[in-house]
Amino acid sequence: MSDKKKTGADILLDTIYKNGVDKMFGLPGGAIIPIMDAVKDHPIDFILTRHEQGASHMADGYARATGKPGVILITSGPGATNTLTGIMTAQMDSVPMVIISGQQATSNLGLDTFQEADISGMSYPIVKHSYLITDPKEIPKAINEAFFIASTGRPGPVILDIPKDVANAVIDEDYDDTIDLPGYLAKPELDIDKIKDAAQMISQAQKPIFLVGHGAIISGADKILKTIVEDMNIPITNSLLGKGCFPEEHPLNLGMPGMHGTAYANMALCECDLVVSIGSRWDDRIAASPKEFCAQAKKIHIDIDLVEINKVVKVDIGLVGDAKDVLEKLHKYLEPNDTSKWIKTVNKFRKDYPLKYKKEGKLRAQHVIEEMYNLAGSDVIYTTDVGQHQMWAAQFIKINSPRNWISSGGAGTMGFGFPSAIGAQMACPDRKVVTIVGDGSFQMTLSELSTAVVNKLPIKILLLNNRYLGMVRQWQNLFYENRLTGVDLEGNPDFLKLASAYGAKGFRIRRSSDVRKVLKEALQYNAGPCLIDAVVEQHDNVFPMVPSGANLDKMILGFPQKRKELE
Amino acid sequence: MNNNIEKHSISLYVNNKPGVLIRTSLVFARRGYNIDSLVVSNDSNNPKFSRMNIEATGDTDTLHLMLAQLNRLVDVIHARDLSGEDILQKELSLVKLECPIEKRTELLQIAEAFSAKTIDLTENTITFQIAGSSEKLNRAETLLHGYKIKEIVRTGKVLMTRGEEATA
Repeated sequence: MSDKKKTGADILLDTIYKNGVDKMFGLPGGAIIPIMDAVKDHPIDFILTRHEQGASHMADGYARATGKPGVILITSGPGATNTLTGIMTAQMDSVPMVIISGQQATSNLGLDTFQEADISGMSYPIVKHSYLITDPKEIPKAINEAFFIASTGRPGPVILDIPKDVANAVIDEDYDDTIDLPGYLAKPELDIDKIKDAAQMISQAQKPIFLVGHGAIISGADKILKTIVEDMNIPITNSLLGKGCFPEEHPLNLGMPGMHGTAYANMALCECDLVVSIGSRWDDRIAASPKEFCAQAKKIHIDIDLVEINKVVKVDIGLVGDAKDVLEKLHKYLEPNDTSKWIKTVNKFRKDYPLKYKKEGKLRAQHVIEEMYNLAGSDVIYTTDVGQHQMWAAQFIKINSPRNWISSGGAGTMGFGFPSAIGAQMACPDRKVVTIVGDGSFQMTLSELSTAVVNKLPIKILLLNNRYLGMVRQWQNLFYENRLTGVDLEGNPDFLKLASAYGAKGFRIRRSSDVRKVLKEALQYNAGPCLIDAVVEQHDNVFPMVPSGANLDKMILGFPQKRKELE
Repeated sequence: MNNNIEKHSISLYVNNKPGVLIRTSLVFARRGYNIDSLVVSNDSNNPKFSRMNIEATGDTDTLHLMLAQLNRLVDVIHARDLSGEDILQKELSLVKLECPIEKRTELLQIAEAFSAKTIDLTENTITFQIAGSSEKLNRAETLLHGYKIKEIVRTGKVLMTRGEEATA
């Protein structure tokens, strides 16, 4: 090796390795073979997936579980286009990701050559930044910049498109790899005067509430947040992606608000006199009607991305900065106010409008999820897919530490849950990983069962099988006179046989009386992945529900007696 | 939302690299906003960078959001909305008119009124070069519409701040 001159591919891997990456996920093809050849003797592990979308979600899960960028290595053309969904998912949820995409030789670009796709052109709207490298000497600099951009500020995906001849080229060792990004601001400077104003507003509020999002987790703000919440005695609610930043079992945590949030979180938001968003971007699943949203309250927004301030909800004070830095400064100027009356009100909401479901009779998805949580506990990484099961999981699984909850929020990408669990398990081999998936979502990326089996990953796949695309069915049921169209998953496979065909262990739950026993057994199985096929009631809807586009005060608590109530 | 529809003059200082124009124009296209005019030129003081002048029409709030989104792009060093500020703004247009001999004097008089230069003259056509503010160009154009215009090409607005202040 040592007397061999280094190629673009060697330098590429060396630079990736220097950036702290020990695993890459992907699937090779013609244009990436020079890099695959360099992978052979390199200390970085290459995890072969069965589809590039799977690779992209694995890198995503790896990144969300650790905070380190997830890396994908894929080939040109269809290899690259197959990752677009995963890249969009990462961009929407601010996940650091670096995508190394093989490309046709430079001389072939733009000529419709075999497996040539203009991946830079296709991905501009869904990446934080991208590079098409035409000079091999640019590789180290571009890789360093890509990792820096992906993992700092508001994290996101960065693509490096590398033509085959660039990877093959022999490079002299005197290259320049220093980062030069005059147009990029990794950490905005804090405005202390505004922080003081915000501190005063919070200290004087009678009925304040914190709305905590993914940004708070990304910045590592959990400790300072806990100090502030407890010193100030302020109730908090966390977005779907903010779960775990502040313990959900804590008496001041109201869980998730919004379309399928807890009634008490939504009621508290409707009653508060100040809402402080900490790294949450007033997503339309929470603030569907921006003008009406918390219209009675003052608003403070802490976000590292200037674009988010006043983007949808107009705020009284916008604090641009890293959530942890802002909170640490803010803490110095806060003075506790007596919020005991407000806490009492909030606790009454919690007592009067608890989350509920029927435990008797048919097997309920909520029951299976709650029991999984009771048995597995909170020191587990939970990942989910997208749909009804995701919302029930968000409602019934309490997350007490950051990075223990991985779910596709902004993009709502079905097929995300299982591969993201593989990524998380690869990143944290000693942790217990449970993925909660629906039968619709799981079938979008189930070919990764091979990846999980080959790598002996003891992931628990909890499949909530209602033989429907349940969330769409729910909307058709509630808002389209139950005119069910394109939601019946007739033709589902026998999931036990499927698991067995892949060499994975399978379990099945049909009756509520079996839930505990089967889950216990599944949780003890660690020789590889296991799939638990829970055949649940088909027609359950997720409640509470705030109809699309409506303000939180229009929340429906359960199936209406008269359909009129929905209009 | 403020529904104040206005024409905005945005000045950008960007990396001189492939793809920068697409990234910039996507910020507008994503909201269904049209770019009214666009000028890109290399910064001859530092060829690593380029300047862009963009004119776009839309409501003020959305354009402010788009300005923040432009500034967020890694390739954008800075973006500024210069609308309403006292800045130097010039545009240049070339107007080719059908011009039989009997109309020549008339057209040359109009040209003189706008300090336009005659840059081409043939048996049947005359071509003027008019420079100045966009408003002046509009006025000249309105007047020339009384004749047979064969073609008009306009450069789009170029902007510069006055005095010591840097443009973008």
